[in-house]
Amino acid sequence: MTATPSSARFVNIGERTNVTGSARFKKLVMAGDYPTAIEVARQQVENGAQVIDINMDEGLLDAVEAMTTYLKLIAAEPDIARVPIMIDSSKWEVIEAGMKCVSGKPIVNSISMKEGEEQFLEQARKCMAYGAAVVVMAFDETGQADTKERKVEICKRAYKLLTGIGFPPEDIIFDPNVFAVATGIEEHDRYALDFIEAVKEIREACPHVHFSGGLSNLSFSFRGNETVRRAMHSVFLYYAIPAGLDMAIVNAGQLDVYDQIDPVLREACEDVILMRRPDATERLIDLAESYKGKSVAEEKAAEEWRGWEVSKRIEHALVKGIDAYVVEDTEEMRAATAERGGRPIEVIEGPLMDGMNVVGDLFGSGKMFLPQVVKSARVMKKAVAHLIPYIEAEKAEGAKTKGRIIMATVKGDVHDIGKNIVGVVLQCNGYEVIDLGVMVPWSTILETAQKEDVDIIGLSGLITPSLDEMVTVAEEMQRAKMTIPLLIGGATTSKVHTALRIDPAYKGAVIHVLDASRAVGVASQLLSDTQATGYIESVAIDYEKVRVAREGKGKKDVLPLAEARANAYKPDFADKAPAPLQPGLHVFEEWDLADLRETFDWTPFFRAWELAGTYPSILEDDVVGESARNLFADAQKMLDQIVEEKWLTARGVCSFWECHGDGDDILLADGTRLPMLRQQFQKSRGRANFCLSDFVDPAGDWLGGFAVGIHGIDPHIARFKEAHDDYSDILLKALGDRFAEAFAERLHQHVRTTLWGYAPGEQLTNEALIREQYRGIRPAPGYPACPDHSLKPILFDLLKAQDNARITLTESQAMLPTSAVSGFYFAHPESQYFGVARIGRDQLEDYAARRGVDLATAERWLRPNLD
Amino acid sequence: MSARETFLAEAAKRILITDGAFGTEIQSWKLQEEDYAGNLGLSHDQKGNNDILALTKPEVPEAIHRAYFEAGADIAETNTFSANRISQADYGAEHLVREINIESAGAARRVADEFQARDGRPRFVAGAIGPTNKTLSLSPDVNDPGYREIDWDTLVDVYKEQAAALVEGGADFILIETVFDTLNAKAGVMAVKQLEAELGRDVPIMLSMTLTDLSGRNLSGHTVEAFWHAVRHAKPLTIGLNCSFGATQLRPHVKTLSEIADTLIMIYPNAGLPNELGAYDEQPETTADFVKEWAEAGQVNVLGGCCGSTPAHIAAMAKAVQGIAPRKIPVLEPVTRLAGLEPFIMAA
Repeated sequence: MTATPSSARFVNIGERTNVTGSARFKKLVMAGDYPTAIEVARQQVENGAQVIDINMDEGLLDAVEAMTTYLKLIAAEPDIARVPIMIDSSKWEVIEAGMKCVSGKPIVNSISMKEGEEQFLEQARKCMAYGAAVVVMAFDETGQADTKERKVEICKRAYKLLTGIGFPPEDIIFDPNVFAVATGIEEHDRYALDFIEAVKEIREACPHVHFSGGLSNLSFSFRGNETVRRAMHSVFLYYAIPAGLDMAIVNAGQLDVYDQIDPVLREACEDVILMRRPDATERLIDLAESYKGKSVAEEKAAEEWRGWEVSKRIEHALVKGIDAYVVEDTEEMRAATAERGGRPIEVIEGPLMDGMNVVGDLFGSGKMFLPQVVKSARVMKKAVAHLIPYIEAEKAEGAKTKGRIIMATVKGDVHDIGKNIVGVVLQCNGYEVIDLGVMVPWSTILETAQKEDVDIIGLSGLITPSLDEMVTVAEEMQRAKMTIPLLIGGATTSKVHTALRIDPAYKGAVIHVLDASRAVGVASQLLSDTQATGYIESVAIDYEKVRVAREGKGKKDVLPLAEARANAYKPDFADKAPAPLQPGLHVFEEWDLADLRETFDWTPFFRAWELAGTYPSILEDDVVGESARNLFADAQKMLDQIVEEKWLTARGVCSFWECHGDGDDILLADGTRLPMLRQQFQKSRGRANFCLSDFVDPAGDWLGGFAVGIHGIDPHIARFKEAHDDYSDILLKALGDRFAEAFAERLHQHVRTTLWGYAPGEQLTNEALIREQYRGIRPAPGYPACPDHSLKPILFDLLKAQDNARITLTESQAMLPTSAVSGFYFAHPESQYFGVARIGRDQLEDYAARRGVDLATAERWLRPNLD
Repeated sequence: MSARETFLAEAAKRILITDGAFGTEIQSWKLQEEDYAGNLGLSHDQKGNNDILALTKPEVPEAIHRAYFEAGADIAETNTFSANRISQADYGAEHLVREINIESAGAARRVADEFQARDGRPRFVAGAIGPTNKTLSLSPDVNDPGYREIDWDTLVDVYKEQAAALVEGGADFILIETVFDTLNAKAGVMAVKQLEAELGRDVPIMLSMTLTDLSGRNLSGHTVEAFWHAVRHAKPLTIGLNCSFGATQLRPHVKTLSEIADTLIMIYPNAGLPNELGAYDEQPETTADFVKEWAEAGQVNVLGGCCGSTPAHIAAMAKAVQGIAPRKIPVLEPVTRLAGLEPFIMAA
């Protein structure tokens, strides 16, 4: 035999593309999300599957349609289609439809003599004509073979029949049925040994055949105890493979290395599988207790709730955020409801909503915190996702919700962590949320609002230009004569801006929502028959007060620009940094994620989850400590995966330019002018009116710039969305932001010590880094010292950031990927962060002229500094 | 003896020769539209419908078969590459498919029998079936990878109609050639299997794959080995390669196939690669020298030519391989040969 690229003694069959074995795959196919379902196959092949098993046997699916659609799509993916397919179905018409789509030589799984010899041979002939190998189940007219004798007898008979019609013996794969052992029923004790011995005997009697088996049955009695199950599977294979087992349908994650199994457990498993002693089952069951991973007490408690009545179990799972059993519990509840003539929707309206109400109450009373609520929501979503096909099947109306709310991050903005959190919290409290995603134009928001007859619109945004976009949405809602309330949220929004800019644009109620915990209160009051009017009026009065107060403030606080300039900061330029040691452009294609992880600033991470406190003391906090610890543990777990499996790529660029200070501008040697803004409010006690250009020597100096981004988050987010897992979605996004910030911090350090090299001996702890106890600053366009976002395109051009860091800008100058940081490097030891704050008309006009833009444009970009 | 047995017996004695290009030869007749159309009264322009000449100008294909037999060929491939319902629809002649195939096979049969009677050496007729211009494995729409222009059952029927007519007209074998899509070929195999069941007799299949890239894959992405695994159930009389490139580019793939296939190997390459003007200018002796190397390495059983080859090329090949022992069919271990786009073997 010539050397072949791929030949194998034991075949690893990918089994995640099977709706009966993978809940996730089932959901994807049921939802018609074939692109993601195709990715499941790709992962299998990437992870080493040599054959992929595809099964679409699900009652609510048109299995023929699903099988052919999937196989045709796979044919278009060379890195999946390179391996053989196993067409898996209990329905012959599905198998035959599959064979019409597979261009290579597949395996059919399975045929048997269940319906008699005639049909068996008819199907075998067809497999031959299509060119397929077959799995033959040890099944005959009287039933499935359980004993060794029956297994041998049936397989020998099938072999004789098949070879009699010219079926190539090497294309026969017998599945002599793996059954559960250690069930406590004596007749079951021999099942594993019978399988192994039958394989040995059939192999001798039937030359050239192969053997396959589904392993998960074997350890069925130990459901929930993965340690024992994995050990049993590994021990079984250890003995079955030498006997002749060639392939097994098993999740590779459910196997241990034989030698690495705890010897005590291994011996107990061997006793059971090989039937080495009469009390083997009892001994394994006793031993199994100690492998349940957690303390016995915890395990008892855990087990106890599994014994509760099903609606109680669902409530418990929701409150505790345990998603492991929710699909089976929901199914049990649904089946029971159907039994008594009820409808699937009642499961949502009854136990699920009851459970979520408990969660909502605990959250509202401060006994539960956001991370837990988001976990609960994940459980809820999984349960609802399970029910949706049934609800749609009976074409029922959706659950009656407390109200329907649109959530959208406005056009030009890509940030959605906050929006997603609010969405989850609202859903947990019985509101239906239509999430329109990010960068949503006002037209889409209005259209959806009218088409879906929504009760409230919620807008979110993180960057300052989004504030203007929110005004636009409000204006358009007014133009469309809408009356539903408009909620405003997001990091840059404020009650003041809402009162001054958005509220006057729309006659309906406009409410600024400070954080996620307030969202439910606001929504419930707005939609309450009795409270709405009073609430809206009180907010209106409040906002009017804000407007009056601002009116009164007038412009007397703002210094004339000339005066502010006269009070500029004057550092000692004798101390300015030397020219960079390594001038020019530096590209970092893949910064080590493990290194960045060491530099994380965790405090903002907890803030994103609305947990107040400073890391690390927050972990010991009396109120939020437990919540913070759990969140931190989940974050660490995900970080391990991110780093090990390289989910993300950190890409960045920095550069240095010769320049000099020119009034409030910084003028680069290539002629690029970077106009800056100067503080114009009245300073006290001799403090200067700062402008970033103050830190640059008019006689000649250097300026740096950088952009860093974290790439590759999207496929994982898509995966989490598919799994209805908002918790992991938000967690990953929050960690992505931490990576970006850490990258900016680490790169700045590298610049100080090496590239620019003005602080070669700098040695700072991570805490000191976080407190920015180093020389030099890195202000970002759009942030207080440099509030004009529109400087970003200039910075990006200088850095060629689009090519070098693969970061692009939206029309509102938000960066994509979302987890990204950019800014300028100022190296003068006296350079410092400050906020420009309010500026006068005189500076606005002056700035517009220096920037070379018209007044309206400048006004738009600087709006937050004008109010 | 059946045609299969006779063929195997002859192939055990010597390297057999199949014919060369038809299109190239027809061009030299400088036929006009009316020559093609004849008096069939078809609505479409028939110029370029080479296959219809069986009905309108039968002397042309007959003369070409004669020229190839005179050059030394043992096999005539019928002039029916596009004589299927799908391709003939482009000429509005799909209702003539059966007639074209019967007449084409009949003409080839007559000339073959004439030459066999002359010298007693067996001559064979291979009924040629092209891939059609539709594919079962690929979507013509890049935005909709799951879309297919045709389905399996339809294509099986199209092939069966043609194969039945070819056999009826006197073809010894069905040659499923220029396989760019392995699934199309499998449908062709299924069509012949169904035909065999209906006729109650053996209809030997010859299979010939065409490579679309130098790494050795066809358009549907199968490597030579994967293709063999996917069609081995056809128990073909010959398996091989045609068209694609010239002999030099086919060399490594011929070697691979000859080692793994437990049946006869038939290779009929183009006469080199086309020049800037799209014409083939590899000289007969040059092509002959290339294929002689395979013969000497014991890698081939049947040789011939595809695009650009002429009776002169076939004559040169026949002369070059005369007296060289044919490849011996290897005996393979009974292991499970599966395939995706790439082969996969389960050891025994």
